[in-house]
Amino acid sequence: MSVAKFSGSSASSLSAAPSLQRKIEGRSLRSFLLTCLTWVSAIVASIPLFSVLYMLITRGGARLNLEVFTELPPAGFETGGGFGNALLGTFVMVGIAALIAIPVGIMAAIFLAELGPVSKLANVARFAAKTLTGLPSILAGVFAYAMVVLTTGTYSAPAGGFALAVLMLPIVVLTAEEAMKMVPKIMKDAAYGMGSTDTQVIWKVVLPTAMPAILTGVMLAVARAAGETAPLLFTALFSNYWIFEDGHLALMSPTASLAVLIYNFSGMPFDNQLELAWAASLVLVLIVLIVNIVSRIFGKPRF
Amino acid sequence: MRRLMILAAFAAGVSLCANPPVLAQEKVRLTGSGASFPAPIYLAWFKDFSKKNAIVTVDYQSKGSGAGVQDFLNKTVDFAASDSAMNKEDIAKVAEGVQLLPMTAGEIVLAFNLPGNPKGLKLPRDVYSNIFLGKITRWNDPKIAAANPGMTLPDLPITVVVRADSSGTTAVFTKHLSAINEDFKKTLGEGNTVNWPASDKFIKSPKNDGVTATVRQTPGAIGYIEYGFAKLAKVDFALLQNKAGQYVVPSAESGAEALAAVKMPEDLVAWLPDPDGAKSYPITSYTWMIFRKKNADPAKAKAMREMIEYGLTDGQKIADSMGYIPLPAVVVEQVRKAAANIK
Amino acid sequence: MNKPFVVPVKLDSICQPPSSMVLLVDRAFRALARLGVIVILVLLAALVFEIGGKAIPGIQKYGLDFITGNVWDVNQHKFGILPAIWGTLYSALIALLIGGFFGISMAIFLTQDFLPPRLAAVFRTIVELLAAIPSVVYGLWGIYVVIPAIRPLTDWLHHSFGWIPFFGTTLSGPGLLPAALVLAIMILPTIAAVSQDALSAVPLKTKQAAHGMGTTHWEAILQVIVPAASTGIFGALVLGLGRALGETMALAMLIGNSNQISLSLFSPANTLAALLALNFPEAGPNEIEVLMYAALILMLITLSVNIAGSLIMAYAKRGNKK
Repeated sequence: MSVAKFSGSSASSLSAAPSLQRKIEGRSLRSFLLTCLTWVSAIVASIPLFSVLYMLITRGGARLNLEVFTELPPAGFETGGGFGNALLGTFVMVGIAALIAIPVGIMAAIFLAELGPVSKLANVARFAAKTLTGLPSILAGVFAYAMVVLTTGTYSAPAGGFALAVLMLPIVVLTAEEAMKMVPKIMKDAAYGMGSTDTQVIWKVVLPTAMPAILTGVMLAVARAAGETAPLLFTALFSNYWIFEDGHLALMSPTASLAVLIYNFSGMPFDNQLELAWAASLVLVLIVLIVNIVSRIFGKPRF
Repeated sequence: MRRLMILAAFAAGVSLCANPPVLAQEKVRLTGSGASFPAPIYLAWFKDFSKKNAIVTVDYQSKGSGAGVQDFLNKTVDFAASDSAMNKEDIAKVAEGVQLLPMTAGEIVLAFNLPGNPKGLKLPRDVYSNIFLGKITRWNDPKIAAANPGMTLPDLPITVVVRADSSGTTAVFTKHLSAINEDFKKTLGEGNTVNWPASDKFIKSPKNDGVTATVRQTPGAIGYIEYGFAKLAKVDFALLQNKAGQYVVPSAESGAEALAAVKMPEDLVAWLPDPDGAKSYPITSYTWMIFRKKNADPAKAKAMREMIEYGLTDGQKIADSMGYIPLPAVVVEQVRKAAANIK
Repeated sequence: MNKPFVVPVKLDSICQPPSSMVLLVDRAFRALARLGVIVILVLLAALVFEIGGKAIPGIQKYGLDFITGNVWDVNQHKFGILPAIWGTLYSALIALLIGGFFGISMAIFLTQDFLPPRLAAVFRTIVELLAAIPSVVYGLWGIYVVIPAIRPLTDWLHHSFGWIPFFGTTLSGPGLLPAALVLAIMILPTIAAVSQDALSAVPLKTKQAAHGMGTTHWEAILQVIVPAASTGIFGALVLGLGRALGETMALAMLIGNSNQISLSLFSPANTLAALLALNFPEAGPNEIEVLMYAALILMLITLSVNIAGSLIMAYAKRGNKK
């Protein structure tokens, strides 16, 4: 229906002289064909995307109940159980990673986009960030293992957070830089014209305007970090118990995470564990959905 | 600089965590990592053990035998687990002394996917070793037909599925193939990974579940997986011909026969590349836990000894149902004696 | 009357010179931003130092043969990664072509008034969520859905067009094509999401101006809006490519991990990231040195592909301006 609408609207909007009629028909036809092509490719691309989602929802949804959020992981042949501790661990570690990667990433992006976009430092850093995007996740794990686990002598949640931050950082930097570059120059010029300092322009004009696009990057980074297994395997290990110990957070001990739980359970032949692995994957996606919605509400452009 | 900052931050973190409130009985938290093959049974043991022994919690994460040994050497874990024991150079690196203890054992089966799901496929020794050498390439090969009279074998290429990740399972499997096939020993040898023939019909897939899934999805596929996994995942597996020439079904009994055929030496590291005995399943192996002989914390050492004792008594009872082979009684005694070395 | 100009501070004006506090904050803020950039550089340097340090023995032992060799045999201490380099580039290229095309189409679809805005926003959120699905799920989906779905097509292609090298072999199951397809789906959300931001950041005025000149809907999109958003779209492709080059688990499950170089889309292949992830957990010291060497090569590939991309981008821009 929209196909007709668009070809119609583009043709009717051109109330041109008759002599141009032939040419316009050719252009409209091209426009119509491209519209068709876009619809077809959007539908073709949606099929696999919805197929993945369908598989996840049917297989993961079957097991989703309150119990999975409160119970500890089951051992082989045990029925029931859940991944409450892993959920908490994922929150803690992705939280730590976000606390490191988001401020550092956005600050770096501010420099790259606003303060010194053509400086040598910026050019080198840009390629450094691009190179980091291709870093296999396992290397982030190996690196954090050497930097944090070996220096502290124990697997821990901060080590896991550090490894995830390494993966998140380049995504945040590159998307935030692009987001800020897209802020129209006239808006910035207007602010500078009023005598604002760089800080004021960035804080009051650039960041608020670019916020939705920066949030996209943050979301992609969080999504990536939440689902990564290899870095956590080398830094946080796993635990079958809660992260609390005698009422306080035991950060400096092995910590469970959804990603490692999925990795463990998807490789087991027990039906109970396999179901939980699917449910955990679905929960992971739901968390990202919630974070996504919440951040969109708070990150709305203010003007 | 950054490293310093991290250090400082963690020093603060550690000092916060280092002063737990003093309880009547202090909690002991043990951490282990390593082999993935025994992980399901270990996790079941540890969970039940902590239930019975409220002050001890044990975490175990499977990440590969090699990574477990590395962790053990780096002292980031209290104990490790390995399918390939521990080599002498690594043992020499541990000043506190190393105690290896076999805790359970397993078999490796050949899972296959043939149209019509025929039951009871029999594979002679030279046939299955040559399939993995890439020398027998079709299911209707006369040698396979000769061993399976009455079975209709399809005219399909054999797709061989092997482990893509380096693993103790591959080490045990190739050790066996090297023992029974001179060509295999010469061209591929044994190890956690070997250089499988490069061919479109050799597919590598990660871990047991990857191999199982690929075998299931590929008509005409054959692959090696652990017995416990195959049993629970309900995959069809072949009967293999053992040293005595008999075709044996993998099971706890045939595995126990194989274990009984080999005497456990003093260091508790025994290999069974090709066990004797008419009822022995040909591809069987122990798996080990690795401990330090001298431990700084006596409470941890005590907890570890109790954990081992649990594994040797209650633990062995669930082995069969989970697809593992219970240790022979003689070996249990030897392990119990050796466990006293952990102080 | 050449009195120096004095800012009339006392007047009730909203104009005020920046106070020293504001200047201090400004200075601190700039310093912090610079620090952020330096953190990235230090991070990369530390990574290269850490990985490189472990790779040195491997580099000394195997030298350039490592890059040109095509055998990986731990038992005979022969290590070559040419097939893995080939597979990495081949799979990433196909994934980027497919994922890039569909990702950008999707972005245009969702930003250029093809759908009502609310529906587009919902759709967009769904697409972004797909970035959060763990690799393992994509791997399983590839094995149980993609491979059976494409098997009839690949068989037909092989039988009808087997003489074309791309279809030269039959699909045994895992192989380059299923791996690249799944990889394309995995990078699509990233490319789509970042491109959408770039496209929707094009000022409405620009679009209206184009329409005002009598362009059709598509002429405006292709000749005005997309070029205006090109740096952002390019950034989206960079992120997608990075993910494609570094992805491990899903590829390890789908590519077949076979050390061979073949043009055929249906042959099993190997990638550097998969090689690394699959061998690392069981690696002894002499294997770790070659794996770290391979990791350095992978980082070098990512860097050079990005430099090449930037050069092409700069060249295209210069061409446009002329």
